[in-house]
Amino acid sequence: MPETVSESGPSTNSNMPDTMPKILLDNARVMKDKIAMREKDLGIWQSWSWSEMAAEVRMLACGLAAKGFARNDKIAIIGDNRARLYWGMAAAQSLGGIPVPLYQDSVADEMAIIIQDADVRFALVEDQEQVDKMVDIFDQCPLLEEVIYDDTKGLYNYEQSYLNDYEAIIEAGKQFDSQNPDYFMQEVDKGSGADVGIFLFTSGTTGKPKGVVITHDNIVIISRSSLNFDKITADDEIVSYLPMGWVGDNLFSFAQSYVSGYCVNCPESQETVLTDLREIGPTYYFAPPAIWETLLTQIMIRMEDAPWLLQKLFHYFLGVAKRSGIKILNKESVSLKERLLYALGWILIYGPLKNNLGFSRIRLAYTAGEAIGPDLFDFFRSLGINIKQLYGQTEAYVFICSQPDGQVYADTVGVPAPEGVEVKVTDKGEVIYRSPGVFHSYYKNPESTADTKTEDGWVMTGDAGFFTPEGHLKIIDRVKDVGKMKNGAIYAPKYIENKLKFFPYIKEVVCFGDGRDYATAFISIDMNAVGDWAERRNISYSGYPSLAAHQQVYELIKECVEKTNRDLSEDEQLCHSQIKRFLLLHKELDADDGELTRTRKVRRKFINEKYPVLIDALFSDLEHCSFEAEVRFEDGRIGNIQADLKIWETEIIEPNVAKEAK
Amino acid sequence: MSEINTSGDKRQFGEAILKVENISLSFGGVQAISDVGFEVRKNEILAIIGPNGAGKSSMLNVINGVYHPQVGQVTFQGETRHQMKTHHTAEMGIARTFQNIALFPGMTVIDNIMTGRNLKMKANFLEQAFYLGRSKREEIENREKVEEIIDFLRIQPIRKTPVGRLPYGMQKRVELGRALAAEPILMLLDEPMSGMNVEEKEDMCRFILDVNEDLGITIVLIEHDMGVVMDISDRIVVLNYGEKIASGTPKEVAGNQKVIEAYLGVTK
Repeated sequence: MPETVSESGPSTNSNMPDTMPKILLDNARVMKDKIAMREKDLGIWQSWSWSEMAAEVRMLACGLAAKGFARNDKIAIIGDNRARLYWGMAAAQSLGGIPVPLYQDSVADEMAIIIQDADVRFALVEDQEQVDKMVDIFDQCPLLEEVIYDDTKGLYNYEQSYLNDYEAIIEAGKQFDSQNPDYFMQEVDKGSGADVGIFLFTSGTTGKPKGVVITHDNIVIISRSSLNFDKITADDEIVSYLPMGWVGDNLFSFAQSYVSGYCVNCPESQETVLTDLREIGPTYYFAPPAIWETLLTQIMIRMEDAPWLLQKLFHYFLGVAKRSGIKILNKESVSLKERLLYALGWILIYGPLKNNLGFSRIRLAYTAGEAIGPDLFDFFRSLGINIKQLYGQTEAYVFICSQPDGQVYADTVGVPAPEGVEVKVTDKGEVIYRSPGVFHSYYKNPESTADTKTEDGWVMTGDAGFFTPEGHLKIIDRVKDVGKMKNGAIYAPKYIENKLKFFPYIKEVVCFGDGRDYATAFISIDMNAVGDWAERRNISYSGYPSLAAHQQVYELIKECVEKTNRDLSEDEQLCHSQIKRFLLLHKELDADDGELTRTRKVRRKFINEKYPVLIDALFSDLEHCSFEAEVRFEDGRIGNIQADLKIWETEIIEPNVAKEAK
Repeated sequence: MSEINTSGDKRQFGEAILKVENISLSFGGVQAISDVGFEVRKNEILAIIGPNGAGKSSMLNVINGVYHPQVGQVTFQGETRHQMKTHHTAEMGIARTFQNIALFPGMTVIDNIMTGRNLKMKANFLEQAFYLGRSKREEIENREKVEEIIDFLRIQPIRKTPVGRLPYGMQKRVELGRALAAEPILMLLDEPMSGMNVEEKEDMCRFILDVNEDLGITIVLIEHDMGVVMDISDRIVVLNYGEKIASGTPKEVAGNQKVIEAYLGVTK
């Protein structure tokens, strides 16, 4: 029985400009002198108002036109977040061309695949590093004609005729514009919302990257409604530091800025992001969980060096924040004493801490891309930082679900949002959606398009999930990995694995349970965290295997598993997949051994084939299991490891939700 | 970097900007340098190599006026001198870095590089004390120059870090920055890569080449890492026991019997 949550259709006013270049020119008129963009250069924040920025884009567009860039041509945009690269996108769009932003740290060969696939004729790149890659692949890409670079440093000896200095292009643009004064405006006016606005490539974890074709309508409508949803205005400020090839950055540093008029700040370099963040003090912030994690780790490490009194204060007030901070943020009732304590903590700890991170002015922060650990999530929320979850996809131009203020939970991704997004769960448990942001097609790949998108515009996410009684979507796993327990209950390994992985002592988990009576797990411990834990308890060990086999380590992990079971027991759908038996692996799961992908995702099939003995033992009564396995050392040699692994039982908690007969 | 065009070298080696003739230098009874002469041509990278105690650092000290040789003369840009103070050589456009880092550890990177601008500041004591017209203007100009150097050496993330807290390789880079701040014509680098790991050395080589090619500064450097010397220098002068035993392009020097003996320790 599919559940549907839908909202009324998209709100578009036909008088509003319908392409990014038109919006830019509109801003240049209406918001003339308001700062549109800043970039730190030579230690100083340089800034451009909307009218100055529009003039820059116009000159660049004319320069591209002078070089022969025409309607429907593609231009690759490669580099860190530089103002000129963003202008390149708008300039290409002004001429009816299509920008193709790439991940700047991809190697040359990966770039070549995309440049060939997307029929790219021009490339606008940041510096020597990227120019070198273009020079390397130039011969493999027959369509590539011109490469324009922003930073001339180190390029004095390059003589390839296809290399162009950005400044030279601007000069050519000025000349072109004075000879053809109407050209630019004519080209902009030719554009319409149905035109292709941008190609964004999926990361390609499952095979070859696919070019997602996004129209101006997708971009403009989704930007408008999402800004509305979160009440973001022209007064907001962001720091743009996410990879330009990612859809999140395109929305956050480009589209939403154009539509709302807020200012985008480009940091000086990747290494100075944290300092630049502090100087700007953004009000709106977007980061994947890994960045939040890094921030938390940094705070904790720096606190360990702090004087004793400060440490005491810090931990005391963190406790206060944990108790009441989230409630206060959610506007729930909190006792006067707690409120006063929290206010004191604000003055002494939270305020200075947030100032140090550059979060003093933050109104809204998003985490997206992956599941975020509840502790991590709660830590930032308890400090009064309104961090929310977002569930999205490139194919949707980001938004599928988002958390409305006051309804923020760590384990769900919110309600279908913004306006116009419909989300359903199919009979098979797959999340599908339809929205004004739904992509046009995969470029030159009609089969994939047909596989992903239905005739009437519904898109398969490949994710399994369900709606909670409050109407919030909960994502549990990839559809292909979801199975059923013997009693028919849903079994979602990744959901359980993620829950376990949020414990600092656990590095990787592989769960088993499809078609079984109960679930079991391989767990590999985090050597650093557990090693540190063992040292503080004077537990001696000689290496990974001996640490993983230690009685006390088993007890430590057992606690984690039982805590997870307790959590699961409260979930109506997943209470039957509690973990009954587990073992600690004698080694870390490793991409070199083929157990993980390079992006550290578990390869289930491979593990099923490699460790049948251990899996059978988990589903028997054995208390230990000895086996022999191949390991590949870092230098490529292959060796054998023999191990005798203990298997422990854990307590299964009776579900405290309405029970079904087993 | 397969196709990067290093063969199409656009640099032109000009006339000799520095001539060192018949230099002999002794400390008491120790003969540090005896009768050494060579030329440095505009825009080139010249390496001075030799075993420990060969007189390499002494040679640099002679060039920038720290030591006064008993015999011989140094001609820089047509100006010959016998006795000269170090600040005169600095004013003439010679900057140097040291084998052991000689920065101010408690000061930030910006301030350290700013000290290299000292010569370019003309405002007098009173103007500086009250931050009056000329002093303010100079401060802004100089800071701009320093920021350009920071950008050139890619040390933005550490610009406000006290130098003493930086790793060694970074300190070396800052020292290069300070030498650059004086906008020299000729730069003397005394073992710019000593104590560095491979990655740091690669970075440093890149920067030295950029200084030479991008900024057009002539470089004389002392270095022990033969790989580095052979890779980046245009010409090499080899010293042994205070005497010049060879000079020429890296290829010529590498094939020179005397050099092989001096380096391999074969008795003459």
